[in-house]
This record gives sequence, C-alpha cells and structure tokens, in this order.
Amino acid sequence: MSIFIDENICNGCKGLPEARCERICPGDLCYRKENTKAAIRDQSACWTCACCVKECPVQAIELRLPFQACSNGASLKAKLKRDKTIWTVWDAGGHQEEFIIQARCLKGD
Amino acid sequence: MSTIRIDTDILIIGGGAAGCFAAVEVHKKSPNCRVVVMEKSQIERSGCLAMGLNAINAYLHSGQTPESYVAYVEREFEGVIRKDLVYTIAQGLNVAVKDVEEMGLPVEKNEDGTYKKRGKRSIRIFGERLKPILAEAVTKTRTQVLNRVVATNFIYNGERICGAFGYGIRDGKFYVVRAKAVIVATGGASGIYRPNNPGEARHLMWYCPWNVGTGYAMGIRAGAEMTSFENRFIALRVKDVHAPTGTIAVGVHSKQINARGEDYLELYYKHLGGNKCLTQHRLLATVEETKAGRGPCYLDTTTLNEADERRLKEDFLSMNPQIILLWASEGMDPRRKPVEIQGTEPFVVGGHCQSGYWIDKERRTTLKGLYAAGEVAGGAPKKYVSGSWVEARIAAMTALEEIKGVSLEDVDGGLVQNEKTRILTPLTKKAGISPLEVRERLQKIMDEYAGGISMNYALHEERLLEARRLLKCLKGRLKDIAAVNNYNLVEALECIDRVDVARVLVEHLIHRKETRWACYQTRLDYPKKEDSRWLTFVNSVYSAETDEIKMIERPV
Repeated sequence: MSIFIDENICNGCKGLPEARCERICPGDLCYRKENTKAAIRDQSACWTCACCVKECPVQAIELRLPFQACSNGASLKAKLKRDKTIWTVWDAGGHQEEFIIQARCLKGD
Repeated sequence: MSTIRIDTDILIIGGGAAGCFAAVEVHKKSPNCRVVVMEKSQIERSGCLAMGLNAINAYLHSGQTPESYVAYVEREFEGVIRKDLVYTIAQGLNVAVKDVEEMGLPVEKNEDGTYKKRGKRSIRIFGERLKPILAEAVTKTRTQVLNRVVATNFIYNGERICGAFGYGIRDGKFYVVRAKAVIVATGGASGIYRPNNPGEARHLMWYCPWNVGTGYAMGIRAGAEMTSFENRFIALRVKDVHAPTGTIAVGVHSKQINARGEDYLELYYKHLGGNKCLTQHRLLATVEETKAGRGPCYLDTTTLNEADERRLKEDFLSMNPQIILLWASEGMDPRRKPVEIQGTEPFVVGGHCQSGYWIDKERRTTLKGLYAAGEVAGGAPKKYVSGSWVEARIAAMTALEEIKGVSLEDVDGGLVQNEKTRILTPLTKKAGISPLEVRERLQKIMDEYAGGISMNYALHEERLLEARRLLKCLKGRLKDIAAVNNYNLVEALECIDRVDVARVLVEHLIHRKETRWACYQTRLDYPKKEDSRWLTFVNSVYSAETDEIKMIERPV
C-alpha cells in the first residue's frame, strides 16, 4: 500500500467539481467513489510523492510504503501552512515525530 | 470524440520546471503574446519536481565562471558535450535562481545575504513547494494552461511544426492547438527498463513514472534529429526508496563504505580518483563492489551528530518523504545504521545526462518552428533544474523573436482524422494486449538485451541486435493494444511512446562501438574509450515512411 485514505475523515471535498487529491495527483490515480469518498485506482501505480497527502485539508490521507519495501509499517501525514509544512511521522511502534519545515517566502519577508 | 480547437502564438508542451519558466519569460518580455501550456498532469505538482527539491546543483559560487563550469561538465562526460550549450546555461544560472527566489522559493543564506555554499556548485533550498511556486507565477500571466491534456503528436506539414494534437484525459476530447512556435519542454523517459522494484512497488522509482518520453517520441515520429540517447542515466540512490544520495554525501559529508566498512572508493578505486572520482565512477565502483562480494554498499551516516540527523530528515521531507518512512519502519535512525545504496534502472534524460533533441545555441531543433528546453534538450548534461530554467528562457526568447511575421497554418483535415484514429484505436478493441503486458514485455527486452540492472548495465553487439529485432516485433504488435477506459488509454499511448524511444535508444547503443561512459554506456565488446574515433556525437533521424532510423555522427 502506498497511500491510505481514511474514509472516516475524508469528506470527499463536497461541493468541489473534483476532490482535491483527484485534482492534484500527478499520476491521475485518485478519484471520487459513488459514496463520495476519495479512493486510489491502483496502489502499484503510486509514486508515493505525497502530493495528495499535502493537498488534503482534513489530513485524511497517510503516506505509507509498499509492503515489499517496508514490512513493519510507518506512516506520514502533512499539514500545509501558508509558508511552512508540518509533517508528522509515526513509526512501527506508534512513536511520533514532528517536523516543521519552511516551504516558501511570503511577500515582505 | 469532439474536437477542441485552440489558436495561440506560442505553445509550450509540458508544464514542468522548463515549461512554467518559459511561460513566465514570454509574458515578461511580451505581455500580449498568447501562450498555451499543454500539461499531461496538473502544473502545480507535475513531473520530476512533484515531491519537491532540497538543493539546486547547478549554481556558480563566487570565483566560479561559465568557463570553469563547462570544464567541469566536460570532464564529467569524457569530453563529449556541447560546450556552446553548457556555456550559455552557465551564463544564466544565477539570474534564473534569483528569479525563482523572488517568486517565493526559500534559499539558505549567509549572514551577508549571499547564498550559503552547500557543495562546490550547489545551494540548499527549502523547495517542497517549488512546483506550486512556479505554477503560481504562471497563473499571474495570461497563459492558458491546459491541465490533464496529454500531447500526442506535433502538427507537422512537412515544412514546419505548426502546433500539436492532444488528448483530454478528463473530458475525453481531442485537442488541436495551432501555434506559430512550439517549445517542447516535457520530461525524459522512465519505464523503458525493468525497474528496481517489481509488482506492487513498480512505481517506487527515482524518476517520475509519468515522464514516459512523449516529448522525445513526438520528435522522433516527426523526424527531428536526436542526440546521445546512448548516454543513459543510472542514478546511485538509497536502496528501495531511491532518495538522492547527494543529500547525505554533499549535505552532511558521509562517505561511501562497503559491507566490510571500508572506504572503498579510496581503497580500491584510487585509479579513478578515489573519493574525488566522477559521478559515473561512484556508481561503477558500487556495482563492482557487489560483483566482488563486498556489497552491499552504504553511505556511512553513523558518524552524524543529532543536529545533522535532524537536518538530513528535514531535507529529505522536502524532496523524498519515502526515506523517512523507511527509517521509521525499521525503528532506526541514520545514526544507528548506515544507509544502503544501489544503482537504479537506466533512464533516458537530458538533465542529468544529455539525451534529447539536437539543438543550436538558440534552442532551435532541426524542425522549423520547434524549440526545445530542459530535460528533452540534448547535449547539455548536468543542467538540472536551474539549467532547465536558463534553457527555457533562451528558447522562449528565440521563439518570441521568430514568430514575427509567421501566421497560423491551416491544418489538413486528413491529418486531424489520422491522429484521432491513431489515439482512439485502443478504445475500440474489445480484446487485445493490455498496456501492462506491453510495458512488461518492453522492460524485459530492455533489461535483458540492452543492459539493464540484471546485466549490470553492460552491453554488447549480439544482445543489442536481439533487442533491435524484438523491439521491431513489439512495435508490430502495438496495433493490437486495447484500453478499457480513459486512464487505460493514456497508459496505452505511453507504451507506444516508450517503444519509439527504446528503438532509437538501442540504435544509439549499437552505433557507439567503444566504452565512453562507465555503466551509462559500457560495451563489453569494445571496453576502451577511443578518442581517435569516437570523440563525436551519435545522432539519429527516424523516418516514419520507411520505419528506419538513420544514424549520423557530428563532431564535438
């Protein structure tokens, strides 16, 4: 598995013509199912670029690695602020680490 | 299928680093010029830079000159480079970086405001949003962006390129875009060779898996002269996740060690320069260590301090978040265990190596009305992202100058119908070969007969001739490729483009009967570099009429 979409959190970007993950995926892999939740059409075609993870405004999408590359499990989420990205990574034991990284200069900086 | 017709002054194919920058440059110089960007994906996060970028590796620090940059690239590529192209790139690097900084890209600086030196020609950036920043700059212009429209072929009347055809992935429509000039700025080609990771993880690769060589294939089919496809690129990367090793080696100065903990470059490869060897020799040495039973090889991260480790993780999050998952999964940190490295499968690219369109200094291709910049422009390796911006600027300026007095050409109805039929055929087949089957067949042929990972990248005549034969057979079968939906159709078109690129690549590999570049182009039957005969470019022109690839040599 490359990304995991938590249907309990995903709201399908109601009201938008496309879900945000669907709009952004460089590989055209995300889509909206009939139940209005987002889904990925082919896990093996995922580049694990995390674009959908970053784009999701409710953090419903986790980045994982395909099992063959990472059998212990770990996951990563991102939250975008105007000028920085906040990353949270969970390791196999549930231990959590957070990173706040500058991502753009705002006018007047 | 309904047709959408668009007329423009300049059509840019591919909205990546080069394409976005070209659109911005045209607008700056000539705000009233009509520009269309045709983008397979969504310019905010498409192509090589979708994940972000943590360093710019082509930059001239104080004391360096365009001359010293050219000398460096010439040395790295064994004397076969287009010095004129590399020189013009070097001249524009710093200005281009400054321009993108002004768009909003954060760059690490010294107290005096100058860029902090990361490596000899490198600066550290916080580029997780580099692509959104470039895309935002494009949206501030009058450029019309066609997201989710994949270019399929140029509109070529035999005399000049007068636009391009495209397929709307979302709307299922056929696009006919007429233009006075076309700048091709697409990515290189992945998926030609069998990748490191099979099956479920097949796209866990270094290069963007949706850069399939369409820009090359379109030029090949139109008869553009191509150069140096045999100068393949094989990246030395972190095993499985393909994170860049430079982030560790340059960013925090880790050494390459083998399974015995030996500094193998210094110990066994001193004749190649030891730790100061060329990029290609770092890869060669790693492949040789494995053959000698001293692998796996690693970057020794165990000597890092806590601050370096944190910095390393932050740098990777801005460019390759997968490695963070790898470390977290194993409950380990780079300070506890060195990072294993290996070579990727070969790629065809013009940004790290130099495969692409044969162009002149003004970035004109050999087809009138067509200009090339970035990854698809040949002859100028190590241009990376900043060099792609410079090329985009040059191509944009040339195109702007040369559209004066040019009018839009009528597009022959037969040409439109033929292209529509070509791209729609896979959807009309009830049964046939799937894109997956074609891709796996292609990757098997290339891996086993044209120097893939399983052959340790090595090449020789007999296998290459078999590759030529098998690819011709495969090309013959492409008429039976079937697609069940739009997404699948794009995969089918990608396969067709990849096969066209692979066939040209194999002819180039057959033609160069020497070993010019370690691993990238190593001939077992011609193991020596022969300057007296091969200090030359290997070029090619495909003829759609005869289905033949004519080889041409051009002096360095």
